[in-house]
Amino acid sequence: MVATRRMTRRDVARGIAASAAAALPCPSFAQGTARVAVIGGGFGGASCARALRQLDAKLQVSLIEPNQTFTACPFSNEVIVGMREMPAQQFTYHKIAAAGVTVIPQAAAEIDPQARTIVLADGNSLAYDGLVLSPGIDLRFDALPGYDEAASIKMPHAWKAGEQTMLLRKQIEGMEDGGTVVIAVPAAPLRCPPAPYERACLIAHYLKTRKPRSKVLILDAKDGFSQQKLFEAAWKELYPGMIERISLSQGGRVTSVDPATSTIITDFGNYTAQVASVIPPQKAGRIAEIAGAADNTGWCPIDPVSFASKLVPNIHVIGDACIAGQIPKAASAASAQGKACAAAIVAMMSGRTPQTPRLSGACYNTVAPGYAFSLSGVYQPKEGQFAEVEGATSRVDAPREVRQREADGAEKWFKAITEETFG
Amino acid sequence: MASALINVPAKAKRGDIIEIKTLMSHIMETGYRHTASGEVVPRDIITSFTCRFNGNEIFRADLFPAVAANPFFSFFTTATESGKFEFEWIGDKGFSETASASISVE
Repeated sequence: MVATRRMTRRDVARGIAASAAAALPCPSFAQGTARVAVIGGGFGGASCARALRQLDAKLQVSLIEPNQTFTACPFSNEVIVGMREMPAQQFTYHKIAAAGVTVIPQAAAEIDPQARTIVLADGNSLAYDGLVLSPGIDLRFDALPGYDEAASIKMPHAWKAGEQTMLLRKQIEGMEDGGTVVIAVPAAPLRCPPAPYERACLIAHYLKTRKPRSKVLILDAKDGFSQQKLFEAAWKELYPGMIERISLSQGGRVTSVDPATSTIITDFGNYTAQVASVIPPQKAGRIAEIAGAADNTGWCPIDPVSFASKLVPNIHVIGDACIAGQIPKAASAASAQGKACAAAIVAMMSGRTPQTPRLSGACYNTVAPGYAFSLSGVYQPKEGQFAEVEGATSRVDAPREVRQREADGAEKWFKAITEETFG
Repeated sequence: MASALINVPAKAKRGDIIEIKTLMSHIMETGYRHTASGEVVPRDIITSFTCRFNGNEIFRADLFPAVAANPFFSFFTTATESGKFEFEWIGDKGFSETASASISVE
């Protein structure tokens, strides 16, 4: 359902928002005709839309998402190497709709934060009282010379699960033994910071079992990375001599690519790849920029208590798109942010001050079948930004039974988060 | 451990403008940081970088604490004749590293 109507209550709503910001009581919202739109149906947006309805059944909640099927990124590295099939990554919005959320299968084309309206791709418009942006990431096709959208077919980033994942899978399946798979990693910030290294492991696993003379080369624009010691130990233990990494200070930053010759260029060398997975720099999804919520870094500054944009009124930004301090850009973080943001919006609309959120996130890395490790953290606002207040990483010297348990834990985590969000 | 990366074209035509790139891995400790117990972490930086071509200095840079770790230089010169580029990094705590690369100019 697409609501196309004039916003007759605009001025009233504005007055209410102003008083909500000042944390004054505002009874008219408590009566429950407020409209909250959520743009983007990933882990962040879908969790937020659902939580809004759960917290206040009277809210009119819309979820604006052009894809009828959601394809999850976590575990998609396993699809690349045939450990898992794509349908296991895909979810629909039926249950979200059944929970009372109006799912609008459209892209948002424009946002007018002053008028509080969204223009959809089909030209219809939608008025809102509160808006949540959860647009995820866009790949910057202007940031790495030679790497544009056409190049991404030849050198798949596979950084948004779906077609790109399958493209990389086909290339790896079609590769001859003895070749090199090059993974180009951008500087931070990026979606799912440890995923390039998990990808390297799983590709090495595939090559070890099917094309044992092949190698994986990681060209990295960073020196250190998430769970580095665990990854490096796994490379040594599981894939000796198969994975090489050239870090930033070793000249690993990719400066351009030539898709025609499958060449990846750094300041100090040219590398020919049989298969190249080039992960370019990223930014917040495009609608964030259109709304004016992204700053010159390409990401969205927010108030960590309410997720309110620091740049545009009545817009909240969650998930990978927001600047969330020490919280990594990951599914569980986005989901936790979605729920906390929903609580903040409901509080603000009923004139209460939002509670300071305490978010927890988990991040599993599977480096071979039955072999995983993880990082978990608890994050709270501190001096205007999210800081990690508790954190735990798997032990480097843990026995294999623990890695197996963590692999089972990873599966359980994925089932739980997708069930909670889409089931 | 210090290690130099250099990128000099192996060949060039006489009169070509060529780009030279270098990277020296180094912590570039500013001298402004303190340990948890309050002691100053002593300054440890590269202080100078020099490039000579066939014995003549063609590029020099002084480095300061504000320069980030692993200093990277990119500069241009004109290829005049075949010969050898020599690079030298000097710094605190007796730091001294050299590297060289040859070019053939037609």
